[in-house]
Amino acid sequence: MSQGSSEGSRSLHLSQLTKEFANFTAVKSLDLDVPHGSFFALLGPSGCGKTTTLRMVAGLETPTSGTIRIGDTDITYAKPYQRPVNTVFQSYALFPHLDIYENVAFGLRRRRSSEVHRQVNDMLALVELTSQARKKPAQLSGGQQQRVALARALINRPDVLLLDEPLGALDLKLRRAMQLELKRIQTEVGLTFIHVTHDQEEAMTMADTIAVMNAGVIEQMGAPNDLYENPKTTFVANFLGQSNLIAGKVLGPDGDFAKVNMHGVTVSIPTSRAHASGSDGWIGIRPEKVLIAGVGEEIDAPGNHLDGGIVTDVSFVGVSTQYMVRMPWGQELQVFEQNTGRRRLFAKGETVDLSWRPEYAFLLDASQDVNAGIEED
Amino acid sequence: MARSGKRRYTAYWLLAPGAIWLVLFFVVPFYSLVATSLYDPNGSVLSGYKVTYHFSNYWHALKSYHPELLRSLWYAGLATLVCLVVGYVLAYAIAFKAGKWRNLLLVLVIAPFFTSFLLRTLSWKLILSDHGFVVSTLQNVHILSHDGRLLNTWFAVVAGIVYNFLPFMVLPLYASLEKVDGRLIEAAGDLYANPFRAFFKVTWPLSLPGVVAGTLLTFIPAAGDYINAQLLGGPGQTMVGNKIENLFTTSQDYPDAGALSMILMILIIGMVMVYIRTSGTEDLV
Repeated sequence: MSQGSSEGSRSLHLSQLTKEFANFTAVKSLDLDVPHGSFFALLGPSGCGKTTTLRMVAGLETPTSGTIRIGDTDITYAKPYQRPVNTVFQSYALFPHLDIYENVAFGLRRRRSSEVHRQVNDMLALVELTSQARKKPAQLSGGQQQRVALARALINRPDVLLLDEPLGALDLKLRRAMQLELKRIQTEVGLTFIHVTHDQEEAMTMADTIAVMNAGVIEQMGAPNDLYENPKTTFVANFLGQSNLIAGKVLGPDGDFAKVNMHGVTVSIPTSRAHASGSDGWIGIRPEKVLIAGVGEEIDAPGNHLDGGIVTDVSFVGVSTQYMVRMPWGQELQVFEQNTGRRRLFAKGETVDLSWRPEYAFLLDASQDVNAGIEED
Repeated sequence: MARSGKRRYTAYWLLAPGAIWLVLFFVVPFYSLVATSLYDPNGSVLSGYKVTYHFSNYWHALKSYHPELLRSLWYAGLATLVCLVVGYVLAYAIAFKAGKWRNLLLVLVIAPFFTSFLLRTLSWKLILSDHGFVVSTLQNVHILSHDGRLLNTWFAVVAGIVYNFLPFMVLPLYASLEKVDGRLIEAAGDLYANPFRAFFKVTWPLSLPGVVAGTLLTFIPAAGDYINAQLLGGPGQTMVGNKIENLFTTSQDYPDAGALSMILMILIIGMVMVYIRTSGTEDLV
């Protein structure tokens, strides 16, 4: 739409955006800046406000307060059909009475665009559906319908393309293929994609920036690996992958590390990864960062050595082996070991030593719910 | 094998009641109507009739009664159009805007059926009568001249048909509008269609099956209706139904009555076929 304008003037800005429904607040004073051309994911469990945020950007919900801007243009109260924003709906919402060609051409025709034919053909080629142009949506498979929905939105070259759980209805294998496909198309067209999903793996695969939402607010935002490696809240630690969270008492700083007493063992955590304000905290460590060894065997990790663990469960999942290890203080820790074939498997009931490199641990505030963000299923 | 043989006949047994009903009350009377339309017109009820394949009955009926025939099609067409406009707005409101009142409103649409068709039409005769409230009010505000009337005008007859057949329009329209996915309308808005365009590009085409069903259910019985013309119209509003009724019961001119009935039926079937073809509903999803 606004081709020729500078990149910065097409970025999306949400400021203090709030949406209240009759008996709950879906989105609480949300501030968000999405630079033009980025692949941005809003990640969170159902009911966290991510879809409401998306619908407000699309113009399908009116915010209770706050503003939405694209570049310098305030679109908070603009009608959906007046915004340079298009949506790929969760259910696709393809028009059943129009064929694929007309579905894709819909937006162009409404704007009386010239060269409809060339643009539609280019777009159908991009999503590899040229041969299906004259079929009705019902004659297509789920994956093909998904690509029509994408083409129908993308052809309008919106400043912001919204994707509302676009892969939710596809089976796992197709979903993986479409994730890569979406990423390829986004890189190719260079538009801003905002992707709403509850699937953390999907968000991490595709997005350059992820905002983790919980109960109407953004808990943490950053690049996928930053969020994963250095979560700032228990919710993020649990929702994005899995974490072992162990209660600890902060003893004090020691250079670039904080010393923490973990059930009698002193462990070190880099200060850049320590997010606890009081003297108590949750020591967090990802299961794949925990190393396991037989009693007295050498472990390839300096410091943070724990002994007296007993293996309570072993599940062999092919690429890795997942252990549950009960520690002397009674807590069970998860340990994932990559199945390189160079190390032996431990059996249930065996006594083991655990360790991890201090730079992988993180420290979270003790006031937070240790079970926040753990999915019920 | 015996079992599958038994199964094979089950379908026929299930079909039997309907088939017998159709033979008794449709095929036989229809055959008799066709035969009647081909009677020798020189016979009479007293002397008896003979089937002489007298096709000129059709020509005679057409020549004598074409004004009533055309008037019927015209009244029915006009009434169907009014029903479509009024009914579409009503069905749309019930389907999309009524919220919790939806079921109540649907019951209200059907409620008139609880009273007899005849009785309701008779009450319209009272409502529209020359000294009634409606006519005197319209006279007072000079919409009608001081001796103007509603009863015995084409307006009263068409209004009566609209009133009586509106539910047949509303119900199929509602059924197809209710199925239109609101998310499609959202999607149209998202794709730069203003509400007006979203309606004509999405809602209207998706409701076409209801439009076709509703117009057929209204037009077909309306074209053959004679109660409205008889009770609300005058001599100038005679419809073909009145003529057929008159020919059968009063003048007892069976051959003409039969031929006129057949002509009406053939006309309607022809029009319906052309209509369904052109509305292209067969390739609607």
